[in-house]
Amino acid sequence: MLEIRRVSVFYPGAEGSEPVEALRNLDLEIGPGEFVVALGASGCGKSTLLNLIAGFLAPSFGQLRLDGAPITGPGRDRAVVFQKHALMPWLNVIDNLAFGLKLQGVAREDRYAVARRFLSLLGLEQFETSPVYMLSGGMQQRVGIGRALTADPRILLMDEPLGALDALTRERAQELILKIWRAQDKSVFLITHSVEEALFMGTKLIVMSPRPGRITHRFDLPFSRRFLDGQSARAVKAAPDFIEMRETILRIIFADEEQAA
Amino acid sequence: MSFEPHAEATRAKPAQAQSHWLRRLWRAAPTKPGQTYGVPGEGRTLPISVGAVVLALVAWQAVTALGLVAPLFLPSPVQVVQKFVAILQSGYTGAPLWLHVLVSAARVFAAFALACLIGIPLGLAMGMSPVMRGLFDPFLEFYRPIPPLAYLPLMIIWFGIGETSKVLLIFLAVLAPVTLGARAGVRSVAIEQIHAAYSLGATRAQVLREVVMRAALPEILTALRIGVGFGWTTLVAAEMVASTQGLGYMVLSASQFLQTSTVLVGIILIGLIAWVFDLSMRALERRIVPWKGRM
Ligand SMILES: Nc1ncnc2c1ncn2[C@@H]1O[C@H](COP(=O)(O)OP(=O)(O)OP(=O)(O)O)[C@@H](O)[C@H]1O
Ligand SMILES: [Mg+2]
Repeated sequence: MLEIRRVSVFYPGAEGSEPVEALRNLDLEIGPGEFVVALGASGCGKSTLLNLIAGFLAPSFGQLRLDGAPITGPGRDRAVVFQKHALMPWLNVIDNLAFGLKLQGVAREDRYAVARRFLSLLGLEQFETSPVYMLSGGMQQRVGIGRALTADPRILLMDEPLGALDALTRERAQELILKIWRAQDKSVFLITHSVEEALFMGTKLIVMSPRPGRITHRFDLPFSRRFLDGQSARAVKAAPDFIEMRETILRIIFADEEQAA
Repeated sequence: MSFEPHAEATRAKPAQAQSHWLRRLWRAAPTKPGQTYGVPGEGRTLPISVGAVVLALVAWQAVTALGLVAPLFLPSPVQVVQKFVAILQSGYTGAPLWLHVLVSAARVFAAFALACLIGIPLGLAMGMSPVMRGLFDPFLEFYRPIPPLAYLPLMIIWFGIGETSKVLLIFLAVLAPVTLGARAGVRSVAIEQIHAAYSLGATRAQVLREVVMRAALPEILTALRIGVGFGWTTLVAAEMVASTQGLGYMVLSASQFLQTSTVLVGIILIGLIAWVFDLSMRALERRIVPWKGRM
């Protein structure tokens, strides 16, 4: 259980200007097996929130706890998938996947055995020994997701991981992440700019608003269950209540924007 | 209206007629699969380089054959080659040519090895730690721009006229670029790569070993190439005092007797050795950092 209690973040502003209040009094819980998705206009503090959870950033005020223990820095219980995959180009695909296990001192054969399971899950069997710089963008992103999963974190943190992918690859990746999430029973915190993606993947949705960054709306979502219970992704996304919800969220975001402007 | 397409076609004509290389000045040609479009300066240079060298040799031969320059100032390429064969057969000042080459190469590469041994860890440490940077930066930045000839007397006063002062002088010339290259290499690692490693459970030592040092490798290799070049540059200065062997000694002593063709033989040999070494460094680079500039 991740608990975020009354967290505020101030960035020092540019020379001579006020500090930027990136987050104000934010409360959030991410329970075991929960899939929390954050939506919101650019600059509303989503990445700041993710960096807090990852332990890269300490809050100006407030507390973050993971299973009761305060978060004091990054750790392998919270693996991050970056918008730009951030793979290690000097390692081939399987060594990138197994990188976390290598850091933990797992023997080569054992970590390859684990990594190979993800290799087939990710549909990259033929590319086991390929250099990562020869893969397409979508394949690189899949390796980035696989690398985080191979390390077996408690919480998976993803900052717009699919933003750069085409519609088809993106939907395949969404399905893949959902299936792995279900199979491994992890908590996930996902940032996205796509309302459809947010609705399809999350069990819980937070909508954030800028200046100061805060959570303005929270929703519980049923849609990923439908997919995991056997409906096709297309069917889930075409359902009337899905479309209605999508419009509701879009109205909220646009209204927020106009208020801020 | 109806002749608009036709006008288009005639307007396109002059561009078509332009020669191939002239068009490439404006627009890169589409690449073959596996290459990257639009990389600045991409393209084959070998034929051009060979042509340029041949042209220079022909011009050199022509200038000397026409008697435009006295052989004392510039002997012809043929004379230089003849001199080279002569030195190859009977040596120079009592030592065979291979010994001169060997002695010089040993000095440069001993200094180079020492500079790598100290400069790479030092540069990495300076890149990783503000304490190390604060400690060593002033000294490095102070001595770096000083020409080795200026501190050669100090080397001789402190370390005598033997091998030590010679190797140390070259070592100092190589050390600065190698250290600075390793230090710059640390900066070239993407912050996301470091964050990724930490969030996968890496310790600081692991981040240094598994991420920073790997990411710094291309910059380090470039620095080694630059560094060894500095080493050859400093060789002649190092062999100025109390030498009886070495290519630098050969060039210097021949110049005192106005043996211009021997001077040229020495210069060309130094250049060729440095060039061959650089080629092998580049081959090494392609082998161990094939990802350089690709991600
Ligand atoms: N290092 C920083 N220094 C100063 N201000 C920052 C810094 N990082 C972020 N900010 C500010 O904090 C606010 C929130 O930034 P953040 O990156 O969290 O937004 P975001 O929601 O992730 O936006 P996007 O959707 O564009 O990625 C912005 O106003 C931004 O200008
Ligand atoms: Mg962001």
